[in-house]
Amino acid sequence: MTEFTPVASLFGGALIGVAAVLLMAFHGRIAGMTGILSGLLPPFSDDWTWRAAFIAGAIAAPALIIAIAGEPVIPFESAVPAPWLVIGGLIVGIGVYFGSGCTSGHGVCGLARVSPRSIAATLTFMASTALTVFIVRHLLGGF
Amino acid sequence: MIRTLSALFAGLVFGAGIAISGMANPAKVLSFFDVAGVWDPSLAFVMGGALIVTAIGYHFVLRRPQPLFDRTFHLPSARNIDPALIAGSAVFGVGWGITGFCPGGAIPALGLGEADALLFVGSMLGGIAAARLARHAMAVRTQSDAA
Repeated sequence: MTEFTPVASLFGGALIGVAAVLLMAFHGRIAGMTGILSGLLPPFSDDWTWRAAFIAGAIAAPALIIAIAGEPVIPFESAVPAPWLVIGGLIVGIGVYFGSGCTSGHGVCGLARVSPRSIAATLTFMASTALTVFIVRHLLGGF
Repeated sequence: MIRTLSALFAGLVFGAGIAISGMANPAKVLSFFDVAGVWDPSLAFVMGGALIVTAIGYHFVLRRPQPLFDRTFHLPSARNIDPALIAGSAVFGVGWGITGFCPGGAIPALGLGEADALLFVGSMLGGIAAARLARHAMAVRTQSDAA
């Protein structure tokens, strides 16, 4: 159970959009986390510097926000047991690789380009996620 | 140098957006998908805000002859909706629904110093690496079949 945060979520979402536009304007790249991460794994591509820099910025930002605020202002809650985090991580990794993208690449950048592939992918993973949450929480009584 | 710093800056804005929006919080993401429980519609505002800004920004950026620090725009060239796209996306949703982590939410969550995020990201990178190896092996076998 979490609090409804329309203003923070809309503002945060707009920032995600600004980041996507900046990466396209600077480097001509889709701000999709799957694609950016894939190019950082072996065999290493020759353009790993901008990828590593983008990832470093994405990790540093929440830490900077907390440091500036002086208190843990970014909520984080997870009730998922460790073995399921590992299994879920593997499933996500395999899925986004074969699906050529995730929420950022397909759901934001692809939909903004009105790409039919991204529309199909986004509809599929949103439906699949909702179905999984229903099964885990309401049929299996899980986290 | 400016190429690296510009990517770092874009990453910082991305990470700040994810953190402020609530996407780095697995419980909040799962609450959005739990329409049969106590529903938190916040994620729709994240997607909506991101989509509007990106669509307008891309409209102007992609009219330029080239990006600032590269010779060309690297836009996906695939057009067909193939089984891998749909099956992969469906599989991704299962993992997202179990954990509440998607790749773009989990990477900034590392900056919160949460062990859960580290465990998920390590495993996810293993999954991506394994999938790349599998696709490579399949491609090699297809080539030798053709030969």
